[in-house]
Amino acid sequence: MSLLSAEHVTVRLGGADVLSDVSIALNAGEIVTIVGPNGSGKSTLLRTLLGILPVSSGRVTRNARIGYVPQKLALERTLPLSVRRFLSLPIRHSRAEADAALARVGVPDIADRQLADLSGGQLQRAMLARALLAKPQAILLDEPTQGLDQPGEAAFYRLLEEVRRDTGAAVLMVSHDLHVVMSASDRVICLNGHVCCEGTPRVVSNAPEYRALFGLGTQGALALYQHDHDHTHDCGHDHA
Amino acid sequence: MLDDFLMRAGLAGVGLSLATGPLGAFVVWRRMAYFGDATAHAAILGVALALAMDLPVGFGTLAVALVMAVTVSTLSGRGWAIDTVLGVLAHSALALGLVAVSFLQGVRVDLQSWLFGDILAVSRADLAFIWGGGALVAVLIVWRWDRLLVATVNEDLAHASGIDPNRERMVLTLALAVVVAVSIKVVGALLIAAMLIVPAAAARALARGPEAMALLASAIGAAAALAGLWLSLSFDTPAGPSIVAAAAAGFVIAGVVGRLRA
Repeated sequence: MSLLSAEHVTVRLGGADVLSDVSIALNAGEIVTIVGPNGSGKSTLLRTLLGILPVSSGRVTRNARIGYVPQKLALERTLPLSVRRFLSLPIRHSRAEADAALARVGVPDIADRQLADLSGGQLQRAMLARALLAKPQAILLDEPTQGLDQPGEAAFYRLLEEVRRDTGAAVLMVSHDLHVVMSASDRVICLNGHVCCEGTPRVVSNAPEYRALFGLGTQGALALYQHDHDHTHDCGHDHA
Repeated sequence: MLDDFLMRAGLAGVGLSLATGPLGAFVVWRRMAYFGDATAHAAILGVALALAMDLPVGFGTLAVALVMAVTVSTLSGRGWAIDTVLGVLAHSALALGLVAVSFLQGVRVDLQSWLFGDILAVSRADLAFIWGGGALVAVLIVWRWDRLLVATVNEDLAHASGIDPNRERMVLTLALAVVVAVSIKVVGALLIAAMLIVPAAAARALARGPEAMALLASAIGAAAALAGLWLSLSFDTPAGPSIVAAAAAGFVIAGVVGRLRA
């Protein structure tokens, strides 16, 4: 049984079908990325899977504890909130648990900092730590690396892989940056209101539907990254 | 040496700050400042309707504040910009209230006291109403504190934690209506928003956590109420504005202290 699934889901917002007849499933332990151009319904799909948006037709099934990392927090400077307090919202966790979660995501020293003072990367990790404290079987992330530079992005995806390895949690994320995120995924779902194509990163990047959406240019970047992944370091420099 | 009316006035101010502290903190965090204003302006219409129908004034203000709160939520949910909705409703309600007051025959309405409050005329019944309403709001907010806080930080995060942010927004809206209804006698319709915002804003400069900010806001509000009363008594100034002026002084002092400590 999958942890999370949408079956023939249609979501109608403001009179238009944002998603039509979308079926996807997240299985235990896999990393799945949803890619698609702006306005393709990626965030809508994630929010529908979380139960935030109602479906017009179809069915969403959740069989797992879910940790959620939102796209961003619009933090009001007027709200004084330390990282430690944020981690215990709304479920209280002990100091030791909170410290362990922060150490796990590589930011051990930020517990007493104000949330509003964190950098983009630190905030993403703090939100991931909060999600991990719920001991999730599935972690859902909405554009988790928005605003990070490319090394920061790569480091964040490596962290997700480590978390998956250590906790066994499945990861479902939405992204619009293509090459880095795709090679970190077991499976990629290409979305444009409906599921265009689906499969391993290599299959999707060669699919005509994907190329029609994103052009051929991204293929080169994916190839480069995969070389990098295979430790042919002489190619890696071309990233910058 | 404390006259009875002064004792009641002091108790009214302190009772009110029980609720305005934590509620004011949420009003500041969620940028609902203008919403408080709008609800308060509409309360004047409630005063007029209550007097016309021979109902208790508190009942009228509460009813209109509630209707106002629900209308604002509904209209803004239909895609109207919130400041437009508030602008239309607040000023229309205030104008309608003033027009309605002028129709009241045989009832002498001291408009001044509803607009600016008359804390020195607080009766025992008023006091019971203020403490009852204030305690109700304080208990409501303490009870739902974590849920309200998550919904304030991020609505999607609240949803994912099994919390309905719309329900929490409604809780705050209702609490705001209750506070407006009970405080209109103390500070008046024009200055209620100030009692919500100024102490909470002052507390922000000193607080490192949301709980501390809410408690400090209550303390600053209570201190401002007492200081304003003293000011009013010593210099024969109007009580409501004196209280708000004292809170504003608190805001300045807290800002300076906060900077010196940082």
